[in-house]
Amino acid sequence: MARYEGLFDALGLREWCDADKTEAPMSMAQLLAQASGGSEEATGPVLPFPSLDTLNEACARIGQTRDLTEGIEQGFLAIRGQLKFVLDPLTQPLSWMLDGALWVFETAPWWFMMPLLILVSWFVSKSRGVTLFVAFVLFFFAAIDHYNVAMQTLAIVFVCTGLSVGFGVPIGIGMSKSDTAQRMIVPILDLLQTLPTFVYLIPLIFLFSVTESKLFGIAIILYAIVPVIRLTDLGIRLVDKDVIEAANAFGMTNRQKLVRVELPLALPNIMAGVNQTIMMSLAMVVIASLVSAPGLGVLVLRGIRNLELGVGIVAGLGIVLLAVILDRVSKAALARVDKQRNTH
Amino acid sequence: MTAKVSIRGLYKIFGPNDKAMVDKVRNGLTKPELLEQHQHVLGLEDINVEMQSGEITVIMGLSGSGKSTLIRHLNRLIDPTAGEILVDGQDVMQLGPSDLRELRRKMMSMVFQKFALLPHKTVLQNAEMPLSIQGREQSEMDREARKWLNRVGLDGFEDRFPSQLSGGMQQRVGIARALTANTDIMLMDEAFSALDPLIRTDMQNLLLELQKELHKTIIFITHDLDEALKLADHLVILKDGAVVQQGEPQHILLNPNDPYIEDFVSDINRARVLRVRSVMKPLAAEVKIDGDVDAKSNLEKIIALSGGDTTKSYRVVEDGQAIGLVEMVDLVRALVPRASGTK
Repeated sequence: MARYEGLFDALGLREWCDADKTEAPMSMAQLLAQASGGSEEATGPVLPFPSLDTLNEACARIGQTRDLTEGIEQGFLAIRGQLKFVLDPLTQPLSWMLDGALWVFETAPWWFMMPLLILVSWFVSKSRGVTLFVAFVLFFFAAIDHYNVAMQTLAIVFVCTGLSVGFGVPIGIGMSKSDTAQRMIVPILDLLQTLPTFVYLIPLIFLFSVTESKLFGIAIILYAIVPVIRLTDLGIRLVDKDVIEAANAFGMTNRQKLVRVELPLALPNIMAGVNQTIMMSLAMVVIASLVSAPGLGVLVLRGIRNLELGVGIVAGLGIVLLAVILDRVSKAALARVDKQRNTH
Repeated sequence: MTAKVSIRGLYKIFGPNDKAMVDKVRNGLTKPELLEQHQHVLGLEDINVEMQSGEITVIMGLSGSGKSTLIRHLNRLIDPTAGEILVDGQDVMQLGPSDLRELRRKMMSMVFQKFALLPHKTVLQNAEMPLSIQGREQSEMDREARKWLNRVGLDGFEDRFPSQLSGGMQQRVGIARALTANTDIMLMDEAFSALDPLIRTDMQNLLLELQKELHKTIIFITHDLDEALKLADHLVILKDGAVVQQGEPQHILLNPNDPYIEDFVSDINRARVLRVRSVMKPLAAEVKIDGDVDAKSNLEKIIALSGGDTTKSYRVVEDGQAIGLVEMVDLVRALVPRASGTK
C-alpha cells in the first residue's frame, strides 16, 4: 500500500500531509481491506495510476474522488435555493398548461374528443388514408381500455411540442443570424442530445417537487427542443442566396425578409424539425413517467417493475401507434407544404 | 447631358484590411502582387463610368472580370472600398440604411441571372413584390402587376407558380417584377445568360422594344459580345477588375485599343453587328449613287442589296434626310478586323 508515500517524503511534504490525519478508513478499498481483516499489504498492481484515491492513501490531505461528486452535489445544493427562487415562478405556467391540457383531454368525453382529433388530422394532413388510420388507432385504444392513458400522453406531447416550437423557432432564427450565437448554442444542443435522458431528471428532482407536472415538462422540452432549433437554423441558412439578394435589392427590411422570404422558404426544414420534436417528446414521455408523468409510460413502467409482460408490451405498442399517427399526420402536412410549391 | 449614374474612382478590394490596400494599389501594385504580398484580392480597380439617362449601358467581361461585383455596387449590395457612386448627383455612399432602402425601392430595380423569384408565391404575387414591400394598396398592386405581366407576354399565367414556368417565362416574371417597381434605373445582372439562345434573342428583342417606349436607364451585365453589341448604347469592357475600353459599341468594334478586345472582337459576325452609320463617309457630290439605305441597317443587308458588287455606292438616309455616303469598298474593308498596331 501507499506506494507514493516515498514521493511525498522526498518532497518534504510529510508533515503537511499528516497535519490532520484520522485513522478512520476513507475509501471503499480501505473499508474492504479492513473488513477482510487484512492489515497486510494489498496485492494490487506494482505502480497504480496516481489517481485521487491512490494519492489519498499516501497523503491524507489530498482529496478523494468521492469528494468531487460530493462537491458537485454540495455546490448544487448551495445554489438550489436561489435557482428555485428564480426558476419556480418562471416555470409555473408550464405546470398550469400541462395540468390544464391533461384536464381537458381527460374530462372531454370520448364522443367529443375522438371526432375532434380525427377532424384535426384531416385538416392538417388532407389525406384520407392518414385520417382513416388515425380513426382506427383511436378506436383501438378505446377498445382495449387504453383511451385515457393515451389521451394523457397526447396531452403532454401536444403541450411540450407546442412550447418546444414556440421557443425553438426563435432560438433557431437567432442562431441563423449570428455565427457567434451558433458557435455558442451548438455545444449546448449537443449536450442536451447526448446526455443520458435519466441524467436530466436528477437536478430537476432536486429543484422541484416530484408532484409538480412542470418537472417532467421541463425534462421533455429540454430533450425535444433540439431538432426544431437545429433545423430552423439550418433551414434559414440554406435559403437560396439569390432570393435573399433579390429581397435586399428591392429594399426589404430585415423583418420583411424574415417573414416573407426566409421563414416560408425554410418551412419544409422547420416542419421536419417539428416532426422530430414530436417523436422525441414521445420518447421522453415514457422516461418522464419515472417522475410521475401520467400516460402510457406509467403502464410500461408497471410492466418493468412488476414483470407484467403483457401490460408492458401493450403499452409499448400503444406508444408506437401514437408515434406512427403523429408522424404520419405531421409528415402529410409537410408533404402538403412541399407539394403546393413544387408541382401541380 | 448629365449622367444618371456616375461611378468615380471606384475600388473594391476583398480582404480584412482592404482600406489600407487602396493606396498600395493606387501606387501601382498589381493584382497578383497584392494577392501574393498582402493576401488581398483586387476586385475592382479605379472604375470611372458615366451612365446616361435613357440609355442601355452594357458592362461586358469574362467571368472573374468583376462585372457582377460592379453592378452590385450601384445599389450597394456590395460596399466599395473607395470611390463615389452618384445617382442623380447624390452620393449613394452617404445614405443611411433607411435612405438606402428607399433608393432600392424607388430608384433602382434589379433582374437576376437565376431569376430569384419567390418559389412559394404565384407569378402575380411575385410581380407585385416591389409594391407590396412598400405597403401599397392591393388594388393598385394588382393593376400594376397585371399591366406589366401582360406587357411581357404572361397573360393567363398570373396564378401559376414560378416552378411551373420555363426559364424564359420565369425571367419574364423577373422583368415584370422590375418594371412594376416603376424605377428609373434597371440593373440587369446577366439577365439572359441562363436562357437558351433562341429564347435569349426573344428576350433581347423584348427588352429593346420595352426600352423604346420606356426610356429607362438600364445597366446590363453580360459576358456575351453579340448580346452586348445588340443592346448597348454605351459599352464598357472590363478585364481583371479594370475598364479596358468604353464607348460607343461600333466605335470599339472598329477601333479596339487592346489585344484583349481584339481577341473578343475577332470572333463575331461583323457584317451583322456593324451598322451603315459606322462606316459611312460625308456626302460627296461627284460619286454615283446606286440607291438609298437606312443608317441603322447592318452591313449584311447592304451586301445583299448590292449583290456582292463592290463598285456600288449608296446614300445613307436617316429620318428622310441624307446624312452620308457608303462605298462598298469601304464597307468590305470594315469587315476585316484590324491587326494590332495598324490603327
